[in-house]
Amino acid sequence: MTALSPAPARSRPRTGAPVPAARPPRGHGLRRHVRRYWQLWAMAAPAIAFVALFAYVPMYGLQLAFREFDFAAGLSGGDWVGLTYFRQFFDSPQFWTLIRNTVVISVSTLVAGFLAPIALALVVNQVVGRRRKKFLQTATYLPHFISIVVIVGMLQVFLSPSSGLITRVAEMLGASGGNMLGASGFVPVYVLSEVWQHCGWNSIIYLAALASVDPQLYEAARIDGAGRFTIIRHIDLPALVPTMIVLLILNMGNVLNTGFEKIFLMQNPLNLGVSEVIATYVYKIGILSNQFSYGTAIGLFNTLINFTFLVVTNQIAKRVSSTSLW
Amino acid sequence: MRRLLRARTPGDIAFSIGLFLVCGAILFVTLYPIYFVLIASVSDPTAVATGRVWFWPQGVSWFGYEQILDDSRIWTGYRNTLLYTVVGTAVNLLVTLPAAYALSRREFRPRRVLMFFFAFTMFFNGGLIPMYLLLRDLSLLDNWLVFVLPSAVNVYNLIITRAFFENSLPEELYEAATIDGASYGQFFVRMAVPLSMAIISVIGLYYLVQHWNDFFTGLVFVRDYDKQPLQIVLRDILISNQAFSGGAGASGGSGGGSYAQRYADQIKYGVIVVSTLPVIVLYPFLQRYFEKGVMIGSVKG
Repeated sequence: MTALSPAPARSRPRTGAPVPAARPPRGHGLRRHVRRYWQLWAMAAPAIAFVALFAYVPMYGLQLAFREFDFAAGLSGGDWVGLTYFRQFFDSPQFWTLIRNTVVISVSTLVAGFLAPIALALVVNQVVGRRRKKFLQTATYLPHFISIVVIVGMLQVFLSPSSGLITRVAEMLGASGGNMLGASGFVPVYVLSEVWQHCGWNSIIYLAALASVDPQLYEAARIDGAGRFTIIRHIDLPALVPTMIVLLILNMGNVLNTGFEKIFLMQNPLNLGVSEVIATYVYKIGILSNQFSYGTAIGLFNTLINFTFLVVTNQIAKRVSSTSLW
Repeated sequence: MRRLLRARTPGDIAFSIGLFLVCGAILFVTLYPIYFVLIASVSDPTAVATGRVWFWPQGVSWFGYEQILDDSRIWTGYRNTLLYTVVGTAVNLLVTLPAAYALSRREFRPRRVLMFFFAFTMFFNGGLIPMYLLLRDLSLLDNWLVFVLPSAVNVYNLIITRAFFENSLPEELYEAATIDGASYGQFFVRMAVPLSMAIISVIGLYYLVQHWNDFFTGLVFVRDYDKQPLQIVLRDILISNQAFSGGAGASGGSGGGSYAQRYADQIKYGVIVVSTLPVIVLYPFLQRYFEKGVMIGSVKG
């Protein structure tokens, strides 16, 4: 299974039948398998070991969500307490604020971050001339490589209420704006800067899909008298649909995964009411105030919701179109 | 331009003009903020604060860069990040490439199960706290190896590398090599790696950027300031407004337009340039590799 494969893995033709080894391997089953493939196992072993240790062992530690934390026992946890910590979270006064903030931030990022690259790809695709197209594309994905810390640093100097560049431009345009770094500006600033940073990068894949459209289709449409918008609407857009579906499913699996780093860095006392999300709360509860079991429970709640969204979206996509992840 | 003049109908001409304006606006919005940081970092801080700097530096001043050169934190951070990036990327490649090759062999039956084993971690994980406790038990907290080991395999990179091996290495080549008596290991080292420099550069660069920009690891798992990477130092200067040795970074109580704030801002512009420069300078040379990675990733797997 892959990130972005529109075709179900099963339909792949099986080329490359087993290559006969120089000497026919003797023995049966496992022995034979080991003799033939031990080198492949050895090559995969380090990666398997790293993933087992740093991804699966923490999953084993999820049981902490249902147990008291015991310093000596570590990941195995102490006494079984069932759903106590989940109940504590659902009953806590922060619960609905956290859910609301997380959903607002992630859904608006999802929508804007999904649509903007499609629009950009459709525009760039209209540009005539390979080099100009290339230049535009390259320039737009440059910000993708700037670190999150620098992005947030730039936002702070640009949006500074007294001397920021963007504040000044807004004043020139007659908007008073207010403090964009405060509560009212948080979500738009977060979403727009996400789009600014990643739109170009995310459009690469759509441009590739557009590049593979059969030129005869355009030719035929033009002969039939289609205008440029008609061509975009009826040829370009449909060509993007399979890619759109796969990316949408993948994004849905992250619906409660707001970017911890960026939100954490953008937080200040003024905007905490709208900027505290589940991820930052887990960090503060678990790491900063050492409530390990409670933090694990909140984290698990978040992961489960994401996972459910991913599976459900994938099932829906399977029903309504033939495109799905698995 | 020739194409533009060849446009026949008024509708076509209007479309071309509209497209030109839209593209111009996109370019401006993307590149101008980066350009502004660059010119603001060398301009007179007062000119920047009062809005006289727009398209060209005003009253050149190197004050910000002088302060940065004198600040040991930035250079410690730089040194640490370089170390973590170089060692980390080397480990990443040593672990990812052989595994991707093994998973690309179609006759290797367990690969389906193994792919699931890897891919599952993209969608489900233990979360922050179990990870923290695990690293504590392994004595990796406050240990520089925490920047290298937990991130040794990126599953997405593993998948695109596997897809590349699967689609780009001709099966006949492998058959010919086995007839000559080559084992999987020999074929991988002598044929697969030399023929796959394209994908090795791509994921090498992905890993490199990931290490260079890593902020999370330092924040959560490291307390010792001498081990902190550049991104943590940047956070302290850019966002937490921590004072510079000369006191210029302290944003003071006198509000944003104050004298100290202006110099603090200039230092910030300078720090952004100094920390981002390596990526931006390398960018034009590397961008075709980055793009290739997205393409390979999208093919299949």
